[in-house]
Amino acid sequence: MSTQAEMTESTELSSEQKPLLRLKNVSKCFPGVKALSGVSLDVRAGEVHALLGENGAGKSTLMKILAGIYQPDEGEVILEEKLVHMSSPLEARDHGVLLIHQELSLVPDMTVAENVFLGNIPRFANMFVNNRHLNKRCEEILTRLNCKFKPTERLGNLSIANQQMVEIARALVFQPKVVVFDEPTASLTDYEKVVLFDVIRELREGGTGIVYISHRMDEIFELSDRISVLRDGTYQGSFDTPKTDIDEVTQRMIGRDLDSDIAHQPPELGVMALQVNGLGIEGLYSDISFDVYAGEVVGFYGLVGAGRTEVMETIFGLRKPDAGSVKVHGEELAINSPTDAIDQGLGLVPESRKEQGLVLGMSCKDNTTLANIIEFTKFGWVDTVAEKKVFEEYKEKLRIKCPGWEYSTLNLSGGNQQKVVIGKWLSTSPKILILDEPTRGIDVGSKSEIHHLIRELAKTGLAVIVVSSEMPEVLTVSDRIVAMYDGKITKCFDRSEVTEDTLIKAITGQSV
Amino acid sequence: MKSIFDIITKQPIWIFVLICIIFFSFSSPFFFDLSNFTNILIQASTIGVIAIGMTFVMINGNIDLSVGATVALAASLAVGLQPQLGITGAVFVGLLSGVLIGGLNGIIAWKTGVDAFIVTLGAMIGVRGLVFIYTGEQSFYAHDLAYSDFGASSLFSVPVLALIFIFLIILSHLVLKYTIHGRNVFAVGGNRIAAKEAGIRVGPHMLVNFILIGFLAALSGVLLSTQMGASTPNLGRNYELWTITAVVLGGTRLTGGYGSIIGTFGGVLAIAILRNGMNLLQVPSFFVLIILGSILIIVLFIDKRFSEQQGHGVRA
Repeated sequence: MSTQAEMTESTELSSEQKPLLRLKNVSKCFPGVKALSGVSLDVRAGEVHALLGENGAGKSTLMKILAGIYQPDEGEVILEEKLVHMSSPLEARDHGVLLIHQELSLVPDMTVAENVFLGNIPRFANMFVNNRHLNKRCEEILTRLNCKFKPTERLGNLSIANQQMVEIARALVFQPKVVVFDEPTASLTDYEKVVLFDVIRELREGGTGIVYISHRMDEIFELSDRISVLRDGTYQGSFDTPKTDIDEVTQRMIGRDLDSDIAHQPPELGVMALQVNGLGIEGLYSDISFDVYAGEVVGFYGLVGAGRTEVMETIFGLRKPDAGSVKVHGEELAINSPTDAIDQGLGLVPESRKEQGLVLGMSCKDNTTLANIIEFTKFGWVDTVAEKKVFEEYKEKLRIKCPGWEYSTLNLSGGNQQKVVIGKWLSTSPKILILDEPTRGIDVGSKSEIHHLIRELAKTGLAVIVVSSEMPEVLTVSDRIVAMYDGKITKCFDRSEVTEDTLIKAITGQSV
Repeated sequence: MKSIFDIITKQPIWIFVLICIIFFSFSSPFFFDLSNFTNILIQASTIGVIAIGMTFVMINGNIDLSVGATVALAASLAVGLQPQLGITGAVFVGLLSGVLIGGLNGIIAWKTGVDAFIVTLGAMIGVRGLVFIYTGEQSFYAHDLAYSDFGASSLFSVPVLALIFIFLIILSHLVLKYTIHGRNVFAVGGNRIAAKEAGIRVGPHMLVNFILIGFLAALSGVLLSTQMGASTPNLGRNYELWTITAVVLGGTRLTGGYGSIIGTFGGVLAIAILRNGMNLLQVPSFFVLIILGSILIIVLFIDKRFSEQQGHGVRA
């Protein structure tokens, strides 16, 4: 196997340094998904080892195995030449392996110091909280991290960035051997990022092994000593950072050319399905005007916080606009609630499918008929036979992989969960379908399937809007692209005239 | 000035208590009187002692519905066993019964993972049945007058029951605020997953709190029976609801992670003062219930508004 060969090659290169932590042929399965298969990796003392991969490549799973949250189905974890079994985050911590979460796991109503020493509070007389010591030690750590807030501050009052610093401070309490950073800069400003990198470098000088997970190339090349790449749960090789470049690792990460999978054809336009005129909500966005025709896909591209989601929520009746109008098929309509919107033939596949899109505990079938259960009732009783038929229809159409209609959506992979949500809206026979970040957190294979699906839906005469923060996605699926920045539409592009460069300028507020 | 604002936003119930005191002082000549105040404290102590335990349990993210039944069981045992065991032995058995019920609740909730609401709901029904079996649906009377004398006794001209209540309030406030256990109770209730991952042993803290509330409910039952010199099998009915009302009035969150003993003390006093004051004004007792129910909702509404302004309310 080629991956095996590359692995031995990269270990030979580094024979002068003994690995601090080593993973050997680690595999992990979840119901319906093989998250990792045969991954091997080593982390040396005093290096920053970047882990690179697309969403769903298995980075998070690997990291959770390192931190003891998951146990591998197969394979070994070797720490300082000793085989270790870490069955909980606590055991991992006792071994000196600490994870800095991407999702913060803090207690908002407690103080900064209490959070930093959570589970490990300095005591006196073994029973009482040593408040002075608690705050003093916390202060020391915060100074080291260059933090400006006080140990006695209530955690919930801090910005997300500062909460992240608290999360890092927590790890430093234990003087760790290996620290795993999971997308630590996702919510940081540039200045905070510089501070964080200094902290990471300081840890590295002190001999700590650092695993750095990110998909921001610039950061990885700035910070890391080595880069390992994962794709679809398999190991794709390790590279010494100075000896490689962005193209090489990207190619390993993606494994194919992104734009080639959908040959673009101009759509056959139908009637004007949706016309939005001067829509605005004070403080969120203003003067939004655009239209969507039956048979085309319009991509909404912009940075997080540009107001795209809010615009879509307004069209769908979840927010009340201060100004402007929405016309559906040429008729101006007052959409005051999602019920109105659904009656007018709109569907919204929301940003976070677990919180907004699915009732996770319910079966695939029940989720499919969630939005129009009324059509499956006879004299007030639910006709489950008709329901099952509809689910089977969409299961086939959307190629949903699940063992049966009664299967809980909780155990489906992200891609299949998303397909159930899409199926839910298709079963209401919409005229206009809005998809907000349709492939967030979905593995590469399902991603391109969903892209194809979106194109097919448009071909059947549906008007489709796709909100996305991923440029390749917008370029792949859209016929036209609307760029938003800071609550305003900066430019509308035809697919044929757009370039990556102009698009980036349009969404970062530089004049085009 | 900042501290006053802090108190208003963190303990709105005390503002309400003050308003009540002022209102009743003006509208009834009997209200503003030292003996009436000690009276209120004694009336408050029954619910109040349980509410202390409930504060711990609720901050921890749980609830205990079995306290009312525990009150009846402990009181029945403490009175009913006196002929055989003497006062000390009977009281000891009564208190022990509370500890055992609490321990059982805690162990089941911890080891099975069944929601505390369900576990203690089962205990509430079952323990009440136990009381009826033990008492044969009969009330018991303490024949030794020393027992009821204790309930009416005073120390430095303050009723002993009120002293016990105040002492427990202070002690539990210190435990909640200054011990490792108290700190971890907040952590577990505030973010159970985070606490677990930080190495806090969630189960044992839960268990300790259930034992605590079991003991305090039993103590409350014993104290109540000393006031009456008797016990009835229906003692303590709806006490779980009054206790939860008092704790929630005091600002403790039903979902856990936030609350205080001082707030609970305010909540208990608010209910006792309202009942006492309206009793003095001769408001029929059913109207008192309507007013209490309304006030519960209004206070929580104000509390929610405050916490939203503070940015407390806007988290998932």
